[in-house]
Amino acid sequence: MDLPTAFTKNLTGAAMVPKCLSDEGVRYVFGYPGGAVLPIYDELEKQDRVNHILVRHEQAAVHAADAYARSTQKVGVALVTSGPGVTNAITGIATAFMDSVPMVIITGQVPTHAIGQDAFQEVDTVGITRPCVKHNFLVKNVDDISITIRKAFHIASTGRPGPVVVDIPKDITTEKGKYFYPKSVSIRSYDTDPHVDIKEDSLEKIISLLETAKRPMIYTGGGVIFSEAHEELKSLVRCLGYPCTNTLMGLGGYPGTDPLFLGMLGMHGTYEANMAMQNCDVLFAVGARFDDRVIGNPKNFESDDRKIIHVDIDPSSISKRVKVDFPVVGDVRYILGKMNEKLKSKGSISRNKAALTEWWKQINQWRSKNCLSYDRDSKVIKPQMVVEKLYQLTADQDEVYVTSDVGQHQMWAAQFYKFDKPRRWINSGGLGTMGVGLPYALGVQLAHPDATVLCVTGEASIQMCIQELSTAKQYGLPVKIINLNNRYMGMVRQWQEFFHGNRYASSYMEALPDFVKLTESYGHIGMKIENPSDIEGALKEALAMKDDLVFMDFITDQTENVYPMVPGGKGLSEMILV
Amino acid sequence: MMKEEEPRHVISLILENESGALSRVAGLFSARGYNIESLTVAPTNDATVSRMTIVTSGSEEVVTQITKQLNKLVDVITLANLTAGSHVERELLLIKLTGSQSEKNTAKELAENYGGRLLDSSNDTYIIELTGTVSELDEFMSHLNSSVVLEVVRTGASGVGKGSEVLSY
Repeated sequence: MDLPTAFTKNLTGAAMVPKCLSDEGVRYVFGYPGGAVLPIYDELEKQDRVNHILVRHEQAAVHAADAYARSTQKVGVALVTSGPGVTNAITGIATAFMDSVPMVIITGQVPTHAIGQDAFQEVDTVGITRPCVKHNFLVKNVDDISITIRKAFHIASTGRPGPVVVDIPKDITTEKGKYFYPKSVSIRSYDTDPHVDIKEDSLEKIISLLETAKRPMIYTGGGVIFSEAHEELKSLVRCLGYPCTNTLMGLGGYPGTDPLFLGMLGMHGTYEANMAMQNCDVLFAVGARFDDRVIGNPKNFESDDRKIIHVDIDPSSISKRVKVDFPVVGDVRYILGKMNEKLKSKGSISRNKAALTEWWKQINQWRSKNCLSYDRDSKVIKPQMVVEKLYQLTADQDEVYVTSDVGQHQMWAAQFYKFDKPRRWINSGGLGTMGVGLPYALGVQLAHPDATVLCVTGEASIQMCIQELSTAKQYGLPVKIINLNNRYMGMVRQWQEFFHGNRYASSYMEALPDFVKLTESYGHIGMKIENPSDIEGALKEALAMKDDLVFMDFITDQTENVYPMVPGGKGLSEMILV
Repeated sequence: MMKEEEPRHVISLILENESGALSRVAGLFSARGYNIESLTVAPTNDATVSRMTIVTSGSEEVVTQITKQLNKLVDVITLANLTAGSHVERELLLIKLTGSQSEKNTAKELAENYGGRLLDSSNDTYIIELTGTVSELDEFMSHLNSSVVLEVVRTGASGVGKGSEVLSY
């Protein structure tokens, strides 16, 4: 532990909170005040190093902080009050947990003497958040506030990242105590050997396996994004010349426009990515976890002919769903860097040329299925066309971020928007939380004030956090909302069409608001687009309004489905095609 | 709830002696659907830590996942699967009996054969203490006339590895 950088007595617990955040380099804290956090809010108001962003619902505070973290590489910070403040935040915390997002959530708690008394706005925060955090703390002594917050940032941002909750009772915030914010902390039960070193013979074995592969495939996930390993991955893939696919969380980890890229894989992945994944003989998995939306049923995926190499920082991700032949526990950037060094030092790489030619021939055959095709002459707006045009109109811009909600529009955005850079695609992959899109866009825009921030959403998802249009107005955040409005919960409708005999139980939305008027009532600009021929013009017009939030309500084909689709429980090669 | 084909594992953990550490471990088992046959926890000579013994069952893959997931808990300092090496286990059984004098004495003698002893006797009841491996205690229980049993209290197994290797931290 370093010597104290600041050692101040007689600071109230409440005053310590903004001081900790400022010492941590935090610029924004997203939150909502309430009784138990009033002393902390009072202190936030007295300083100007940490900016507070007032949302309209605690769920959105956590989502916005989550997107801030995803789009930067910093830890996102949220502040909520006790009881309902915490329960409202749970969805946001669970969302961040499932996608391994580094976050610190500071929660107010009833005074220590009232804990356990069923006090007003009391909830067992440590208990209720325990299953959806990386770790949590209840601070019982004012002298522990600063060190606990320091530990929270340390835990959130190291190893496999994740959200950490710090619960602070109100009486602790009004007491005075010692402030000590060390540069580094050590936690004996946490700071184990980072296992980042790979043995020379393992490295050689992996490389020789890759060199002798006949049908290789490189499959990468969110781990590449979080460890900033995109450059190392690009070098490795290009050096080998092997096909590469990304998970939903991994998009942008490898350039989406590169010829070696086969598109996203999984339930709504491309035909070529899924077929290559299923039929490869050597699979190199990097920072990914073989989840059910990626490989479908593991029983259908297992194959004796396929050797799997898996690099991940979390040992529990290895051989969890699929047995791995060559596990490597470590930071993926470090490991990929080592592999690149090794390949470089070898000079020439031996490859199975004849087999690879055959393999690429096969892949190109799969590609020629053109699995993402749709009716471009449709009289009604095809949602795919909106995303495609959106991509074409923004592809040349340097700083474009796309957030999405959850459902069909999310999949079309993932399929049709090509991400060449990491951290540009912000969505809820693991938990699949409808409502994240708008607060995500706000968090991203705050982190990148000059960037174009696009929120691709649907009329069902957007209504789950629509109140944040007010937050956007308060802070002047000019995000562009692309609402693919098919008057259905589209993905639910699709499943009902495929698996529930076309019975559309509760998936049709009656009494939708007039989104243009709704947006205008919040002080923004609304547009309604109903003709395919108007898509491009409307998008151009909206994108040109640099300082305004524009809500584009695209009235789309109600019956459009997302293809390809691997039905739940099926194998990757059992895709439903258009 | 152990299935016949699933091998039994004894996992020994050292965790921070913090409030909530136990619920993190117990919560992990219920959230991920792992079996728990027994779980015992108490402080050690080092007041900052607790030592826990968990008896679970599952395939090799499942038990590997259990130990990986336990290791991920921030409060867990270190752990070992005792079943992987040679170790000793003991469980404490307290049993309250009633019945005729001869029935109680038969039970007492049976307990004594297993190394147990009479801990308390009142007008109608005996309390017997017995320590042994889980299977010894099971065997004792199977020989006992069940009609005399009023209450059975078992602690679950505690274990420690043999030899010079220790679970250090």
